[in-house]
Amino acid sequence: MSKDLSYSAINARKNEIMQSAMGIDYSKFELPGIGFDYEQMMREAAYSMEEMERIQREHAVGNTPLIELRNLTKLAQKYAPEGKGARIFMKDEACNASGSFKARRASISVYEAKKKGYKGVICATSGNYGAAVAAQAAMYGLNCIVVQECYDSRKVGQPEILEKQRICEAYGAEVVQLTVGPELFTTLLKLLEETGYFNASLYTPFGIAGVETLGYELAMQCRSTVGRDPDLVLVTNAGGGNVTGTARGMRKAKCNAKVAGVSIDLAGLHMASDHDFNKKSFTTGHTGFGMPFMSWPDRCDCPRNAARMLRHMDVFYSVKQGETFYITEALASLEGYERGPAGNTSLTAAFALAQQLNQDQVVVVQETEYTGAGKHPMAQLSFARENGVEVLFGHPDDDVPGKKIILPECPSMIKARPHDLNMTRRSYIKNCVKNYKMTEATLDDIQFIMEDSKASYEFVSEELQKHGVKIP
Amino acid sequence: MKQVKKGDWVQISNTILKAGDRAPQVPEDTQACDLKMWVKGFIQEDAKIGDNVEIKTAIGRMVKGQLCEVNPKYTHTYGDFVPELVQIQRQLREIIFGGESSV
Repeated sequence: MSKDLSYSAINARKNEIMQSAMGIDYSKFELPGIGFDYEQMMREAAYSMEEMERIQREHAVGNTPLIELRNLTKLAQKYAPEGKGARIFMKDEACNASGSFKARRASISVYEAKKKGYKGVICATSGNYGAAVAAQAAMYGLNCIVVQECYDSRKVGQPEILEKQRICEAYGAEVVQLTVGPELFTTLLKLLEETGYFNASLYTPFGIAGVETLGYELAMQCRSTVGRDPDLVLVTNAGGGNVTGTARGMRKAKCNAKVAGVSIDLAGLHMASDHDFNKKSFTTGHTGFGMPFMSWPDRCDCPRNAARMLRHMDVFYSVKQGETFYITEALASLEGYERGPAGNTSLTAAFALAQQLNQDQVVVVQETEYTGAGKHPMAQLSFARENGVEVLFGHPDDDVPGKKIILPECPSMIKARPHDLNMTRRSYIKNCVKNYKMTEATLDDIQFIMEDSKASYEFVSEELQKHGVKIP
Repeated sequence: MKQVKKGDWVQISNTILKAGDRAPQVPEDTQACDLKMWVKGFIQEDAKIGDNVEIKTAIGRMVKGQLCEVNPKYTHTYGDFVPELVQIQRQLREIIFGGESSV
């Protein structure tokens, strides 16, 4: 008898589909209560630094240059107090095969798929990760399907995503394009079941561990070129994989620099809204992914998400769309690097934060991404105008996502706006209580929450009690 | 109506979920829209635009749907010119390099 292919029936088979599409038995990492052994999962399911470096070196990934942005540093120093204005460095991740740091994640995932004997790989992404998986699959001779959320109900596609469709097809992938909606996940499940391919999810231990080489490399390169560790490493943040992998890699290099996540502020735009879909000018690196994933990482297409921001991030900032377009233009016209724009989110914050640090200190921006038709400030800004978004010069604080993009009148107006991570920790704990229907907590539960959110015992127990959870 | 030949590279579309059958967490405006899908491949029979056809995708998967385009082209560009970007460039070069070198 053939299987029931209705959406509800497919969703009901989620666990068995995922188990066979990833070859990881997540249940063995589960602890009694609400927690799981994250470090054991990362140790057992992923690879060592040496193995990953080898895999990546053989597949045109990694060892990207660390470039000093002298003119941008000079610009920051013009607006900084006397003696301030740290040196800004940037890892040119656009040099990876497929043009972004996502190649690091894809290289380990696709290697794993090949090793386990899968005939193909599938990923659900509208971003650079699709291109990365398609390129790596091409190298291994594996089939690749990329599932994209691409169009609104008028079949108007976001230019950045249309470009990702083109590049995935250039690498030989089949691209399945959908209109807006979270049911994309069910389409992914259906395709995994139909093909028996590997789920090259962004959130497996492989997908995250692949980024560890980036954190490791930047620490080593900084030591060899500048003679010291960075003081601050800035990471563009969406689902949290970039922050998680980078921080873990830095830790393995014994580098204790502060790790900052940075997202574009898209507050007020609903990510699953047909109307809002084409009102945003950044399709990744924004708060629409960053905030929900920070306060509940296990909302992804894996039973346990290996990307865990609160566990790894020290500080979090947001920047505005107009500020990031401005800095993208600055990178091109002052430094000779046409990159981004979405990958320049953390560079925007770096420009502002360098002004608070001393001139002998070092700020590292750990990524760039390729640019081109569709994926360019000009394409994005003119698309914004076509969709009724005003684009004008002014003060970036007046930016209203979906309504107004404000290009700063002067670079001195560019800011990194700190976010109170304790607020996010509170939301995370609230989600633990709600999603696990907690009425009482064991010491193990509390320990897990403390580790997963970098919070103290007092903080966690107080929050749990506020939600009526009994503590030992 | 344009005749499409067996073996041509085409795009087809499908309605996966009708408006009203969308996932409960979907916001109201999206609830009012069908969930649609597009995929490309080689058409398996002669047909006309709008016909229900079968295709073989880039990786060899067989998919049925409504024929919407032949040799679908990439339509994304650098968009209309955005003069503000030139202004930013000139401002930055003036600040950093100043004077005549910025002209």
